[in-house]
Amino acid sequence: MFELTKSQKEIQKAARDFAKGEFDKEIAYELELKGEFPRKIWKKAADLGFLGIHYPESFSGGGMGILENVLITETFCRSDSSIGSALALATSGSECILRFASDGLKTGFLPRLAEGDILSAIALTETRRGADFRFIQTTAEKRGENWVINGTKQYVDNGGNPDTGLYIVLCRTALDDSPPETGLSLFLVESDRTGLASRPMGRKLGNNLTATSTLTLNNVEVPESNLIGGPGAGYDLLRRYFDESRILAAARALGNAFGSFDRMLEYVKGRVQFGKKIAEFQVSQHKIADMATKIELARLITYKAAWTFDQGKPDSSLSSMAKLTAARTAMEVGAQTIQLFGGYGYMTEYEVERYYRDAKVIELQEGIKDVQKDTIASHIIGKIR
Amino acid sequence: MGILEYTDAHHDYRKRLRLFLEKEVTPHADQWERDHIVPKSAWKKMGAAGFLCTWVDKAYGGPGLDFLYSVITTEEMMKTRQTGMATSLHCDIVVPYLSSFGNEEIKQRYLPGCVSGDIITAVAMTEPGAGSDVASMETTAVEDGDEIVINGSKTFISNGINCDLVIIAAKDPAIENKHAAVSLYIVDDGTPGFTRGRHLEKMGMHSQDTAELFFSNCRIPKKNILGKKGDGFIMLMQKLQQERLVAAISNVSGSEVLLEKVIAYAKTTEIDGKPLSKRQSIKFTLAEMATDVRMNRVFLDNLIKGHMAGEDVIAETMMAKYVSSEMINLMADRALDLFGEYGMLEDNPLVQDFRDMRIVTIFAGTTEIMKTIIAQSLGL
Repeated sequence: MFELTKSQKEIQKAARDFAKGEFDKEIAYELELKGEFPRKIWKKAADLGFLGIHYPESFSGGGMGILENVLITETFCRSDSSIGSALALATSGSECILRFASDGLKTGFLPRLAEGDILSAIALTETRRGADFRFIQTTAEKRGENWVINGTKQYVDNGGNPDTGLYIVLCRTALDDSPPETGLSLFLVESDRTGLASRPMGRKLGNNLTATSTLTLNNVEVPESNLIGGPGAGYDLLRRYFDESRILAAARALGNAFGSFDRMLEYVKGRVQFGKKIAEFQVSQHKIADMATKIELARLITYKAAWTFDQGKPDSSLSSMAKLTAARTAMEVGAQTIQLFGGYGYMTEYEVERYYRDAKVIELQEGIKDVQKDTIASHIIGKIR
Repeated sequence: MGILEYTDAHHDYRKRLRLFLEKEVTPHADQWERDHIVPKSAWKKMGAAGFLCTWVDKAYGGPGLDFLYSVITTEEMMKTRQTGMATSLHCDIVVPYLSSFGNEEIKQRYLPGCVSGDIITAVAMTEPGAGSDVASMETTAVEDGDEIVINGSKTFISNGINCDLVIIAAKDPAIENKHAAVSLYIVDDGTPGFTRGRHLEKMGMHSQDTAELFFSNCRIPKKNILGKKGDGFIMLMQKLQQERLVAAISNVSGSEVLLEKVIAYAKTTEIDGKPLSKRQSIKFTLAEMATDVRMNRVFLDNLIKGHMAGEDVIAETMMAKYVSSEMINLMADRALDLFGEYGMLEDNPLVQDFRDMRIVTIFAGTTEIMKTIIAQSLGL
């Protein structure tokens, strides 16, 4: 249990080699400045089979588990936090197809995602200030054989990217039902459907290689076959989706933390102040020890959550713990890394400030701390009366 | 009853300054952030309105007011959403060197311009190889007849692009003792051999024109030495108390502004029909922030009082600088959590605070340097 298998280690190495050859600090800097998706790198990563490693081979995937997906995500984000995140989000929301959709949808879209033909996106939130998904307003009404969708979604990663081929959209299909969560459904909406429009939400604190947009759906018609998992199943499926997506967010955070740590270590071993290497000061050493300990903890919990998921026993609480821990670790390691770099840490030229900004974005996405804690607590305490 | 004795005149000054900043500074903050610099004309306006170097004697063109006016200016500047017009650096950190250590001729020559905003100042200590370890600086100053020849490079210099005058620390290579070798010199803008390097791109404080400065056979007249030759370190040490006190004032007042913004957001934002402020975890978060801010404020005001009375509060000032910078940094981080995903959009004004505040535990002496000095004060 405490060692990766030979094949997992090989995947890790392949991801590391790929990142070493393709990722570049200057490219990342340029892309971040322009807010541009790393399109060439994405295509190459797909060619080499890094995307959809957790899809079955019959859908051009790698036939592996989420742990392998975690290893690739972590390794990519460790090599470059922003490029890695953009690649991890290239198949954003696609697990809703993989785990819950019909064979028709799987056949139609998973191979194209794995092969780097299209990007995917998931559209849930509706207000800029965020809200509980149970209270969304976007509607899908049945008209003849089709569903007609109307509404506006916020914070849609990959939204509006010309390569984005599909959106997973959470809609309300039963307006009179109570409680509210029973009337929600998930739809796959192809990006070329009439009535879809997206508008960028502007620059973000970090992760600017992935555009985040507002998506409006104005009488968008999709066939019945685009409904994922049946009407009214949306809320339940989404919760199961979070079990997986939070582990992937944890993997991004873990890679980000490692990325800061690697760069910090190189710096403190080289930089001399007061006649000593920074790494020779006891206080620096203890900071490094604290960071390494936190990273190890984040890694263990993230791998365990992934492994548990792969055993067919997804655990919402564990997924939330992993996301909470890994994101906080990325922030704490990032902050101390900048501190050890001193003034240089604050300069754009030295990537670590970008890693720190990316880390905060990961902490704010996929549910903030309070959301994760609510999930964990309700799992532990259960229903009181 | 407050610790500091603000008079009606102080309150009146604050009111006038606030009006001025609301009209002349804050509306331009976003533009300056995009431009990565503040126009010099803004400094001149501020000077003309009487808000720069308020402590400078009437004999040198200032109004000769007490340090509380500086405190007020620093506090009010924290509300302007820009860091480029680093008035407290100019007024309360750099110009005091000219006043305390400059001879009569230097004071006559420069102080009126510093008050009017015609002269923007910077201080150049940090070098690429000498950050916290200032004493390992390599910039040299060598006498040659009536002139001093300066060679070397400085980095992370605030007001680096805009400055009309730089106080530079440089060493005499002939003197072995690192501390005794350092002297301070005044270099005017336009002096041959003095060039500005890159405008450094940073995580935050985008309107601040932080830059590298280069000195290549830069010849200045001998009379541009500040204080006595070899006294550079002693002068730097003497000014540390006020420098770090000013940093703490910025941090504490910045935290107060931040807290106000976060409380207002929590009160006015309803999510799923329930105000954020009604959530227990958010109430506790805000209670913790308010506690930190209040405790820092009381400690700080006592220090300001001691400083104004001429007391040696150096160790306590290091404590205030260290704790207040860690506090505001953490607050800026925790504040974003209240917003959820909205906390990651640059449209959200608190994102700028998050980016700006990450430097405060590093500049004007890192937290680690503060702790080193505090430990020394304990006899360790």
